[in-house]
Amino acid sequence: MSDLTPFEMDKVRSILGREPNETETGIFTVMWSEHCSYKSSRIHLKKLPTKSERVLVGPGENAGIIDIGDGYAIAFKIESHNHPSFIEPFQGAATGVGGILRDIFTMGARPIAVLDALRFGPLNDPEHGDRNRRIVEGVIGGISHYGNCFGVPTIGGETVFESCYNGNPLVNVFALGIFKHDEIFFGRATGIGNPVIYVGAKTGRDGIKGASMASAEFDEDSKDKRPNVQVGDPFMEKLLLEACLEAMRTGAIVGIQDMGAAGLTCSTCEMGSRAETGIEIDLALVPKREVGMTPYDIMLSESQERMLIVAEKGREAEVFAVFKKWGLDAVTIGQVMGDGMLRVKDHGKVVAEIPNRPLADDAPLYDRPHNAAPYRPAPLEPPAEMRMEAPTFSSRDLNADLMALVGSGDLCSKRWIWQQYDSMVRTNTIAGPGGDAAIVRIKETDTSVAMSLDGNGRYCALSPREGARLMVAECCRNLSTVGATPVAATNNLNFGNPERPEIMAQLVEAIEGITEACIHFETPITGGNVSLYNETLGEAIWPSPVMGIVGLMKTAMPVTIPFKAEGRTVMLVGGLGTCDATRFGGTQYAKVVVGKMWGLPPALDMDYEKRVQTAIRQIVSEGHVESAHDISDGGLAVALAECSFGGVAAAVEISSHMRPELALFHEGPSRVVVSTVSPEAVERIARQNNIEALRIGVTMKERLRIDHNSVTCVDSPVEPLRSFWDQALEYQLTPQHV
Amino acid sequence: MRFGVVVFPGSNCDHDAWYALTHNLGHSAEFIWHDSSSLGSVDAVILPGGFSFGDYLRCGAIAKFSPVMNAVKAFAAEGGMVLGICNGFQVLVESGLLPGALLRNRGLKFVCRPVKLRVETANTPFTCAAKPGQILTLPVAHGEGCYFADDATLARLRREDRVVLRYLDNPNGSLDDIAGICTERRNVVGMMPHPERAADDLLGCSDGKVILSSMLTSFASPVLAAHTHE
Repeated sequence: MSDLTPFEMDKVRSILGREPNETETGIFTVMWSEHCSYKSSRIHLKKLPTKSERVLVGPGENAGIIDIGDGYAIAFKIESHNHPSFIEPFQGAATGVGGILRDIFTMGARPIAVLDALRFGPLNDPEHGDRNRRIVEGVIGGISHYGNCFGVPTIGGETVFESCYNGNPLVNVFALGIFKHDEIFFGRATGIGNPVIYVGAKTGRDGIKGASMASAEFDEDSKDKRPNVQVGDPFMEKLLLEACLEAMRTGAIVGIQDMGAAGLTCSTCEMGSRAETGIEIDLALVPKREVGMTPYDIMLSESQERMLIVAEKGREAEVFAVFKKWGLDAVTIGQVMGDGMLRVKDHGKVVAEIPNRPLADDAPLYDRPHNAAPYRPAPLEPPAEMRMEAPTFSSRDLNADLMALVGSGDLCSKRWIWQQYDSMVRTNTIAGPGGDAAIVRIKETDTSVAMSLDGNGRYCALSPREGARLMVAECCRNLSTVGATPVAATNNLNFGNPERPEIMAQLVEAIEGITEACIHFETPITGGNVSLYNETLGEAIWPSPVMGIVGLMKTAMPVTIPFKAEGRTVMLVGGLGTCDATRFGGTQYAKVVVGKMWGLPPALDMDYEKRVQTAIRQIVSEGHVESAHDISDGGLAVALAECSFGGVAAAVEISSHMRPELALFHEGPSRVVVSTVSPEAVERIARQNNIEALRIGVTMKERLRIDHNSVTCVDSPVEPLRSFWDQALEYQLTPQHV
Repeated sequence: MRFGVVVFPGSNCDHDAWYALTHNLGHSAEFIWHDSSSLGSVDAVILPGGFSFGDYLRCGAIAKFSPVMNAVKAFAAEGGMVLGICNGFQVLVESGLLPGALLRNRGLKFVCRPVKLRVETANTPFTCAAKPGQILTLPVAHGEGCYFADDATLARLRREDRVVLRYLDNPNGSLDDIAGICTERRNVVGMMPHPERAADDLLGCSDGKVILSSMLTSFASPVLAAHTHE
C-alpha cells in the first residue's frame, strides 16, 4: 500500500508520535512523492535565480507572477503530464491542460495563452511507429479538446521526435493569465474559524494516487495504471473559471487553491501550511459521484475541476450564490483551525490527524549521489566521414539534404498539429503558432506579451550544462527576434531516475546550466515543475529540460518569418558563426543526413549572444526589417528555406573556412536572418553593439540559391521544398502502405 | 446602436463579440445571460461562438432550451436582426430558426485557420455593406461545421437566394460549400466563420468589419432589415 521507504516511515512515526493509519499513510505517500515534494531536486533548485524588480510572486505558489506595468500582472507556469499521457494519451494530455489552467486562475488571473512542448517517439519507428502515431493523435486531440472548449488560445510550442521518447513521451503545458495587481489571490487558509468551501466537480475514484504513479518508472504493468489517469471535463472547467473569478470579485474569498496532484490532501495541507494554520474537514460533506468511497479514496482522488476556497466567515452566502448561478456545487466542508493540524473526519469521527507543516514542508530532502559523469548516449569523437581530414562531403547533393531536412519530423511544418488548436479565441493573438515566438496583446494596455518554449534533448544528452545554456539562449533569442525583451522564465525538468548517479548528474548539470544562463540573460525563474523517473524498462529519456520564457514589448504589428518582397537585402545579424566536426554532432544534419550523433552541442558565447539579442530587439522594434527569423535547428540553410515559404525566396552567397555542409547546416547560436530595405540601419545598430552583421544576399522570386565560397550548394525552386515541408507530418502520420 | 450578446454556460467568444462591437466598431453592447426571459432594449442580437453546455448531446442541442431562446425567437419573428456565429449558428439550427444541420467536419478534426469566402448575397442586414461576389477572409474554428440539408431544403435555399456565404476552400466538407445561410425573412443569419475575430488590423485581418458594419448600415435604413425576398 505504501510507497514510503523505511526511512520515510520512521520520519512519519516521529512526526505523529505513533503508527499512521491507512489514510494517513496514503496522505504522506502522495505528499512526499517526488511529484509533490521535489525531494530529489529541491536542494539543487535553490540555485536558480528567482528575483527581479518585476517578480511579484516567485516559486512556491501555484504560479509565478510578474509585473507588466499599468497596474497589470501576468501569472504563468509550465507543468508536465508525461506519465498519464503515455498511459492514456487523450485524457492524459487534456487533464494536463486543465491542471495548469487551474494553477493560473486559482491565483485570480484569466488564462489568455497556452503553449505546449511535446516529445514523441519517431513516427516511422520500425517497432513502435504505430503506437507513437496513436500517442501523437491522442495527445494533440486531448490538448485541442480541452483548450478549445475552455476558450483559451493555444498559440505555440514545439514538437520533437526521438527514439528515447518511444516509451515515455513528454507533454509539458505552459499557461499564462492576466490580471490586475489588486486581483491576486493566494492559496492560504487564513482566519481561524473561516469556512473551508469545496467547489466544482464531484469527487470520484479517478486518479487515486496519480501523483505517486507519476513518480515511478514504467514497467510492463503500467497499462494497469489506466484507472490512475483522471478524466477531464473542459466545460466544467470553463464554468469553474467564470464562477471563481466572479466569486473573487465579491471580496468574500480570503484564500483559494485548486485540487491538482494529490487532490484534497494537497490543497488542505498546503493552504494550512502557508498560513501557519490548521484545517479541519469532514469527508461526509464532500460532494461525491460514487458510493462507498473510503476516506483514503476521497483524500487521494485526483478528480478534476475542483477547488478549495476559504471564505470570510458570515459571507459564505455570497460565494454560494455565484456558484449556484453557474450550476456548480459549493459546500462548506470544514473550517480553519488555530492548532496547525490537518484533521480529517468522516461523519464526525477523526480518520486522520497530521501536523500541517511537517506534512507540507518537511518532506524528506535527498542529496542524491551525482558524482558520476552524466550519462552520455553518444561518443565524443566524430565518425570517420566527418573528420576534418576525411574527403569532403561536398560531393553530396546538398539540395537533397535540404529537402530531407525540411521534411524531417523535427523541422517540418507542425500545421497539422496547430490547426487543431483554437489559436485565436479571445482576439489577442498577434502572432500565433509557427513563428519564432507567440505574441498576445494585453487589450487594456499598449503592452504585448511574447512567449516561447524551447528545449533540446539532443544537445543536453551531449552536455547537460551546455545544452541547458543553449536552451535558455535560444528561448530568449526567439523573443528578441520578435522585438520582445525577455523578463522571466519557468522551467520543466524532465529526467530519468534520480536514484542513478549518472542521471542525477545530468539533472544537477542542467540546473546549473539554466542557473548560469538565466542570471546572464536576466530571466529569473518564477516557478516550474520537475518530472523524474521518465524511464521505461530501465531506459531513461535523454535529459530534457524545457524552458518557457516570457518577454514584453510594445503592441505593434508583428515582424514575422517570411520574406515579404523581392529585391530586399538579406542579412545575417550575428554573423556566420563557426563550427568544427565535434560541435556538429548534435545538429539536425547529423541526425537526419549522417544518421549519427556525436561530440558536443554548438559552442555558445553568452556575452556575444546577449549583444546579438540587444541588437536584434532594437532592429525589429524600430522597424528596420521586414522579416526576421532566428537560426536554430537545421542551421542557416533551413532558416533561409523557412523564410522563403511565403513565396519570396533569396539568392545568398557566403564564404567561410568551413566545409560546405558545416557552413550551411551548423547550428551555432547568436544568429538571426533578416530582410530589409535599410541595411545601413541594421549595420549601424550591429556596430553599436559590437556584433557582426553580414549582407549575404537579396530576396528574389520563387527560387532559393545558396553559394558557399563561390560554389553553388543549393539551387532549388521553393515550391517543392515548401509543399514537402508542409505535408510531411500528415504523411508520416498516415500508416505507410508498403 | 445597441447590441445584445447572449451568454450561455460555455460560450467563449462572447467577450470577443462584445469587444469587436464596442471597441472596433464603437457601439454599445451588453451581455444577456441565458436564463433571462427578455432581451431588454437591444437593436440586434448576437449568439456567439463557444461550446454552449459543453456541446454535450449535440452542439447547440441543450442551449435551445435556455429561456433566452424564446425571447430570441420572438425578436426574430418581429424582424429583429439575429446573428449566430459558429456555436451560435449551431444553436439557431437546433432551435429550428434556420434549416439543416451542422455535422462533424469531414476530416473529423477541429480546424482553426483563415478561410476565403464569397459573399453570395448582399441582401441581408449582415452583408449589405458588401458587394455580391466580394471575397472575404475570415477565420473558422470549429469541429462541427459541416453544413448539411436535404435536397428540397438545399434547392429552396438556393432558389430563395438564402446562401449568404460560400467557402472558396471548403474546410469542413459543407454541402455546396455553404458557410452561412439566412431565414426566409433574411433577418436571421447563421455563419460558421468568425467576423468578430477579424475586426482589427493588429490581428492580421479586418474583413469581419464588413459583416459587423452591415448591421449598422441596415439599422440606419431599416427597409433592408425588414425586406422579404420574393
